[in-house]
Amino acid sequence: MLLEGYGQQLWGGTLETIQLALLSLVFAFVIGLIGAAAKLSRSLWLSFPATIYTTLIRGVPDLVLMLLLYYSFQDWLNRLTDALNQQQIDIDPFFAGVCVLGFIYGAYFTETFRGGVLAVPKGQLEAAAAYGLTNWQVFRRVLFPQMMRFALPGISNNWQVILKATALVSIIGLHEVVRAAQDAITGTSSKGAYHAFFFLSLAGLIYLLLTTLSNLVFMVLERHYSIGIRKPEL
Amino acid sequence: MNELIQQYWQQYLWGAPGRLTGLVITLWLTVASVGLGFFLAVPLAVAKASTNRWVSIPVSLYTYVIRGTPLYVQLLLLYSGVYSLDAVRATPFLNTFFRDAFNCTILAFTLNTAAYTTEIFAGAIKATPHGEIEAARAYGMSNFVLYRCIILPAALRRALPAYSNEVILMLHATTLAATATVPDLLKVARNASSEYYLPFVAYGSAALLYLCVSFTLIWLFQKAERRWLAFLG
Repeated sequence: MLLEGYGQQLWGGTLETIQLALLSLVFAFVIGLIGAAAKLSRSLWLSFPATIYTTLIRGVPDLVLMLLLYYSFQDWLNRLTDALNQQQIDIDPFFAGVCVLGFIYGAYFTETFRGGVLAVPKGQLEAAAAYGLTNWQVFRRVLFPQMMRFALPGISNNWQVILKATALVSIIGLHEVVRAAQDAITGTSSKGAYHAFFFLSLAGLIYLLLTTLSNLVFMVLERHYSIGIRKPEL
Repeated sequence: MNELIQQYWQQYLWGAPGRLTGLVITLWLTVASVGLGFFLAVPLAVAKASTNRWVSIPVSLYTYVIRGTPLYVQLLLLYSGVYSLDAVRATPFLNTFFRDAFNCTILAFTLNTAAYTTEIFAGAIKATPHGEIEAARAYGMSNFVLYRCIILPAALRRALPAYSNEVILMLHATTLAATATVPDLLKVARNASSEYYLPFVAYGSAALLYLCVSFTLIWLFQKAERRWLAFLG
């Protein structure tokens, strides 16, 4: 039988991986926009914590942060429910994965967006303000579209890293595609040893397909955000 | 909390003579894989920047596959996947090599970082100003001398900022060794956490140590950039 009957599980794992990566991306994207705004702010009360956040997060390995945040929160939650004489609440690995990945890669997005914002000529924002645009309109119509063009290579890079980092969430117990492959290996271990090689290669191939697909999407996005920009002719 | 640190601080840093653990293993994994990866990446980068397609396409394929899949999957494949093949177990050399978790981890890390480093170096080689090569040719340099004296020294310097990023990412990636039973810093933290049920202290101490190493690396690379990229400033 094809895939020894584990096709369904692998397909489910793939979908779980895609969902996890996309939701984490959205979360990290929002944190990145807020973080960049805070880091670029003139108020020290905003820029200092944002700098601490990006420095600390980017200096510590993502796997360590993942285990630190996941197990610490579970531990604190257990203590809280114990103190209140309540039933233990288990954090859902999917929810935890989205939060932790979003929180970690939010720091990387903060830096990406900060660079993008700094690359937009200041005169444009001044001109927009002089025309009487509100702050939101300046952001929506002038800053964001241009910032996206400068930030796009960084965003594409971060997305690939998030997508590959979802493999780590299997370590805290999420049933994504790597875990599905490992389950398949355990389930078929009696039928011959080469299955480990086969299923792990398959997991790798699925990731390769996903990264290739996202490269194509980013090519389209790049074309969209470079409308009106003349390419240098060499 | 004090008890955990008293019990484990030595294991976090270097373990015991004869049974090294923690930070020492993490640093050793980083240095070994980055070092081996560097020597693999230089010829691969030259091949990737080559105009001969038969040379550059295989290298591009290698970097594409490695960069398109997670390191965790690559490590699992080398650690448990390869050893499941009968042909590997039947060959004495391969059998002893792949049975050792440490060998598998270093192999996986080296192949991984070599792919990223190849891309960085190849980009720097392609950015060599045309005039420099023209001048070298006018001096009658052979291809080998051209690469050794003109292209590589300048390209490796130009690659330094991107390369420093890759080295720090590799330091962070060594945490995966813990999943293959190698007793690195994260593995010690996991053991400490499960013995004392103090995840915040156990993982937090490891995070602080990683942070210190990251900052030291950043500082070292800043010094290196100031020295070798001085002509740009």
